[in-house]
Amino acid sequence: MIWLIVLPLVWASLAFILGPGRGKWLAIGGLALQTVLAFDLATKIGAGGTAVGHLVGGWGAPLGIDLAADGLSAAMLLLTQCIALPLAVYASAYYKRDDAAGSYFWPLAGFLIAGLNALFLSADLFNIYVTLELLGLAAVGLVAAGGGAQQVAAALRYLFATLVGSALYLLGVALIYGAYGTVSISVLTPLVTSEAPRLVWIAGGLMLIGLMLKTALWPFHFWLPPAHGGAPAPVSALLSALVVKASFYLILRLWIGPFAPLIAAAEWLAWLPAALGTLAIFWGSWQAIRAERLKMLIAYSTVAQLGYLFLIFPLLAGAGAIQAGVMQVFAHGLAKAAIFAAAGVLIKATGQDTIAGLAGAVNRVPLTLFTFGLAGMTLMGLPPSSGFLAKWQIIEAALAQGHWPLAVIVLAGGLLAAVYVFRVLRQAFLLAPRNEEATAVSPLLEWPAFVLAAASILLGLRGVELMQLVGIVA
Amino acid sequence: MSSGLLFACVGALLFAMGMAGVMLIAHLLRRILAFNVMGSGAFLILVGLTQRNDVPDPVPQAMVLTGIVVAVAATALALALVRRLHALTGQLELPADDT
Amino acid sequence: MKRFVMGLGALAFAALLIGALLEPLPVSVDLRAAVTNNMASSGVEHPVTAVLLNFRGYDTLLEIAVLLLALIVILAVGIDTASDQPRTVNPILQTLARVAAPLVIVVAVYLLWAGAFRPGGAFQAGAVLAAAAVLLHLTGLLPSWQVPTRTLRWGLTAGFLIFLAVAAGLLSQGALLHYPPAQAGMLILLIEAGLTISLGLILAGLFLLLSREPGDDA
Repeated sequence: MIWLIVLPLVWASLAFILGPGRGKWLAIGGLALQTVLAFDLATKIGAGGTAVGHLVGGWGAPLGIDLAADGLSAAMLLLTQCIALPLAVYASAYYKRDDAAGSYFWPLAGFLIAGLNALFLSADLFNIYVTLELLGLAAVGLVAAGGGAQQVAAALRYLFATLVGSALYLLGVALIYGAYGTVSISVLTPLVTSEAPRLVWIAGGLMLIGLMLKTALWPFHFWLPPAHGGAPAPVSALLSALVVKASFYLILRLWIGPFAPLIAAAEWLAWLPAALGTLAIFWGSWQAIRAERLKMLIAYSTVAQLGYLFLIFPLLAGAGAIQAGVMQVFAHGLAKAAIFAAAGVLIKATGQDTIAGLAGAVNRVPLTLFTFGLAGMTLMGLPPSSGFLAKWQIIEAALAQGHWPLAVIVLAGGLLAAVYVFRVLRQAFLLAPRNEEATAVSPLLEWPAFVLAAASILLGLRGVELMQLVGIVA
Repeated sequence: MSSGLLFACVGALLFAMGMAGVMLIAHLLRRILAFNVMGSGAFLILVGLTQRNDVPDPVPQAMVLTGIVVAVAATALALALVRRLHALTGQLELPADDT
Repeated sequence: MKRFVMGLGALAFAALLIGALLEPLPVSVDLRAAVTNNMASSGVEHPVTAVLLNFRGYDTLLEIAVLLLALIVILAVGIDTASDQPRTVNPILQTLARVAAPLVIVVAVYLLWAGAFRPGGAFQAGAVLAAAAVLLHLTGLLPSWQVPTRTLRWGLTAGFLIFLAVAAGLLSQGALLHYPPAQAGMLILLIEAGLTISLGLILAGLFLLLSREPGDDA
């Protein structure tokens, strides 16, 4: 499992040494190996039924840093590699030779993946801070790379959001260390009780707010649409599918881990993220319905879809809530990666990125439109997609605990998603204006997107293994 | 009050000031400085709070060293983006939200 | 109005935080003893260096990655091609810089060596090296950087790669960065030597890539 961190660091550095625009084979090879490793880790944890750990330096917590992988981390690692590999193939075809935006894509993507993997494996609050910064700065760099004024402005906005988020998190870690003398999650968890001093409450609040800022939960979503909508398609896909999920994973990890006694002492707290999530669903969907540019529509859809993740917090006392959340992470991750990749193809094929300009796209890139439709099904939550499974599980858990308003919100959100997905599809099926040159699109762009979309549907049929894996929470 | 605790309290003030600065200041260079003030506040709290009995603890000191290096990297990156924005638009403030 | 509300909010937050800081705290874990007890097998004699490169060496590894990443981002954002005319500098300053630069390098080497048993180490040494580069640049003796050549890219990455190779090589000992106590001192010195050079280059690069006369932006 340690190689999941070392490998991307190696290929990122080597790609940098090789020079601008080079290193794609290193990256694809490295990612293929990582995918195998992630599957291996998941099977090992699934078969053993327990978490596995690694004591870096052989010291062990609290003196050293521990790495730990339980079912939840293994699932996130698996998702990361499974999305990154097709996207790497996609990106290798997306960036032309001498494209300024792609010059440093491979090293930056390598550090991004290393940051993600290190974050999912870490069991040390301060170490997590370092991985958050690695992740955040790599993401900002990818958004800004070689872009125009708008892209740089979006990257700056994103940079300030992510830096303030990590500063809040760091202050929380500082207070925790001051209060308990350790930052190891496993040592910390038994120490925190509901009678914790006020400082620990403040620390918990700061860390969670900082991470919500990084997850772009409403009202902290302001930075996401310009950053995700303005970046090149492979970058938008990586960011929307994976980067925002990392901080969500961390919120969940802290919520059910060290801070569980605090939250148990004040149960109303769980409704706060759920309320914000609800607002995110409606606000994001509404903005997506109104958006004029294709990628902005998709970016606002991310704001909405992230809202579902926060609906599970009041349900965590009962069974199945974590599984529902992780299923939604998978469904949205795969579908959104597919949709952004498909949008990149549509933009290349039509030469512009307004929704109005999509007319006639169905005749030019039918496979991509099919991809868009499949991934759209997942976003709407139609059976048999994984999106359906995720929403169904949230509804089931909500009804089992008597919180029917949550079920209504999920259903309403699905309807709104249908509106914005069909807005795009309807336009694409219109007859094309004549005398327009169709740009040929490489199959290396169309197929990875299709694979991701197909995976988001097929996962719905094979969700049981994933649910069992996620059930193994340390 | 021990000197360590005094440092921690000053750190709390710096952090709050820096945070207000990051949110309020439009000029990007000053906003980056405000972010650094915020970070320094967090570092002061980390070291000060653990030294409230005036016995130094090497672990948070090493953490702060790590944090400072990360802050340097973030600052350099922010400056690069600001320079680029200035080269492209001639502005040192973020354009109004056009989304 | 917004300023007032924000300012008030920040003040209230600071007051709340300070109030909480002044409460007595139940510290349950004390790492000071653990650090002292394990100093003998850490390979160095200074506790902060021991934490940085041995006990929590993994943090440091990732932190170097962050620094290298920042440099790559600066390159990726795009550097405006700039005219590289030597600026007019007082010749006395130039002479002084010429004299100072070798001395600064000696200081860097001393800091690197001293890190094992007193405050010092790779970061300080790298920073001093970078300062020498900045000094030479400001006196017009060293041009600002364009896109780095492959040799320079090797130099920038070498420290990180050495660190990573040692860390991964020690997996044979059972864990990442698991130094055998006998060789710990030597391996840490190797890592620090590599880091000093690469950190010096990276920090100098952060400055030299960003430092252009305002008029240079065409």
